[in-house]
Amino acid sequence: MNVELKVTPDKYLPHRYAGASGDFNPIHIDPEFAKQVGLPGNILHGLYTMAQVARASVNAAGGDPRALKRLSVQFRGMGFPEQEITVTGSVKEERDGRVVIETEAEQGGKRIIRNAEAELSLDRR
Amino acid sequence: MKTDAKGKTYPPFEYEVGKEKIREYAYAVGEDNPVYFERAKAKEAGFRDIPAPPMFAVVYSAGSVGPAVLDPEVGINFAMMVHGSQEFVWDEPVCAGDTITTETSVKDISERGGMGFYVFESVSRNQDGREVVRGTWTNIVRGVS
Repeated sequence: MNVELKVTPDKYLPHRYAGASGDFNPIHIDPEFAKQVGLPGNILHGLYTMAQVARASVNAAGGDPRALKRLSVQFRGMGFPEQEITVTGSVKEERDGRVVIETEAEQGGKRIIRNAEAELSLDRR
Repeated sequence: MKTDAKGKTYPPFEYEVGKEKIREYAYAVGEDNPVYFERAKAKEAGFRDIPAPPMFAVVYSAGSVGPAVLDPEVGINFAMMVHGSQEFVWDEPVCAGDTITTETSVKDISERGGMGFYVFESVSRNQDGREVVRGTWTNIVRGVS
């Protein structure tokens, strides 16, 4: 089972995600505000990055979203727009049509999500 | 640090899932599976209607989890808060037309090494009473004592 997804969120992605999710925290959409509070620039929503881990997990299971039964992640470090995110993972255990994969999301050499674990059901088609 | 809000529950929050909101969310997170965009494709794949991507859980849960996180009785210092970890456990798929009711509780408040761990649990059910997702939201606050 191959877990790999690469995505580069564009400059305005945090604005679209803010609208879609309802999270308009200015650290995500206002570079000047973000700098005032000590960040290098506006940062990605952690739950956006988690959604990329979810997509990578569903893709690994064949693309049916019903296959994803559980996903847990730890947010570590900040993600930024206009830099490529890579989600990778490997199978941790497999039995009775259930597969547990361990994944992480990396950007610019830093792990921004680590110790992610997804449980997939391969029975349902 | 204050821990007396542990166990506190909040009133249920109702969210009606719309096809166009799913489209907006799916587009924002980069989904390209046609089941999220075309009703015919969704039905062909065995869904009742356009399904929501799994992580759409954040959209219908937010109205329930938000007030719990912001509750002054919980007393989070937001300037020092980060979203530390997140878990979702999915059951029945959510589709356009569903009404999802979410209830949130304060599952735990604890301190380890000067960091406060605020753990919230949300349980979301559809109009038939079927559980659709259970979320565990952990916020970490630095510099508590």
